[in-house]
Amino acid sequence: MNTDFELLKSEPFILFLTIGAYYIGTQIQKRVHNPLVNPLLIALLIIIPTLLALDIDYPTYEKGSHAISLLLSPTVVALGFALHKQIKHLKGNVTRVLLAITAGSIVGVLSVVAVCMILGTPEILMVSMEPKSVTMPIALGITERTGGLAPLTAITVFVCGIFGNIVGPWFMKLIGIKSPIAQGLALGAASHGVGTARAMQLGQLQGAVAGMAIGLMGIWTAVVVPIVQAVLK
Amino acid sequence: MKGIIIILAILLLGELISWLTGGFIPGNIFGMVIMFLALQTKLIKEESVSSACNALTNNMTLMFLPAGIGLMAAYDIIAENWLSITLNITVTTLMVMAVVGWIVDSNKKKEGKQ
Repeated sequence: MNTDFELLKSEPFILFLTIGAYYIGTQIQKRVHNPLVNPLLIALLIIIPTLLALDIDYPTYEKGSHAISLLLSPTVVALGFALHKQIKHLKGNVTRVLLAITAGSIVGVLSVVAVCMILGTPEILMVSMEPKSVTMPIALGITERTGGLAPLTAITVFVCGIFGNIVGPWFMKLIGIKSPIAQGLALGAASHGVGTARAMQLGQLQGAVAGMAIGLMGIWTAVVVPIVQAVLK
Repeated sequence: MKGIIIILAILLLGELISWLTGGFIPGNIFGMVIMFLALQTKLIKEESVSSACNALTNNMTLMFLPAGIGLMAAYDIIAENWLSITLNITVTTLMVMAVVGWIVDSNKKKEGKQ
């Protein structure tokens, strides 16, 4: 074995690659003002081909990048600070925020049921995808209770987040969702933490509201899924 | 440094509450609520956590990159169910976004007219 290749599989290289790709993404975003050009997409487009070219498998990458993943939980806690700074903008909006999240969680579950029925998707897949707009730990909890397939739930939850992160701001512009509170709530409700990361880039208020939406959406969906299942049976 | 210690202490407290309540709501969500309440009640000073919190939340996208790359490893499951997964994710994510966004925005317009 060539020792050069060992260096390219080391943790420092993987950290360098990941943080470097993210940094390039943020710099490109600053220069190209297109909502579809964003750090997550750019970084994925840099990292995935690099790993394939250097023949680095996922377990090796996962080990090397684990330190970054560990920061996720503290970041969710830190969203409480953003919410504290922005809460004054939410005064007088509490009822409509709760109404929007309630509707969002019902639409989130029923839309999966509708799409699956139209496609004739097996029930086990439908059950696995029902909590897809919810933050990962809650979604896995829901799927465990309703008998879904955990890996499929994890994938749909995550792709849902990436999709919302990349397409969300463009889509909201298209359909005329303009106020920062509406944007943040929509991103957090539809695409949980990954959407919140994008909301943070739109502004502190959007980010704070999105963080709040993660929690509310998670709890509401946990209530809605069993009800929908009971009705369907 | 103080900010990071406070964040980690709150996260630990959140994890404890999560465990005590059956683990259904994750510890970091409890942690977010505790952080918010502690700042609102001035139990924690804004200055002591602001730089650490901003550094984390402003770079939240980075924290999701490793998991995003993990999708490579899930290629088989995705390939088997690609049509259902693709339609579910695109259609339903946009529907949730539209419904939530519209409800908040439409009420705003009404309020403006009153």
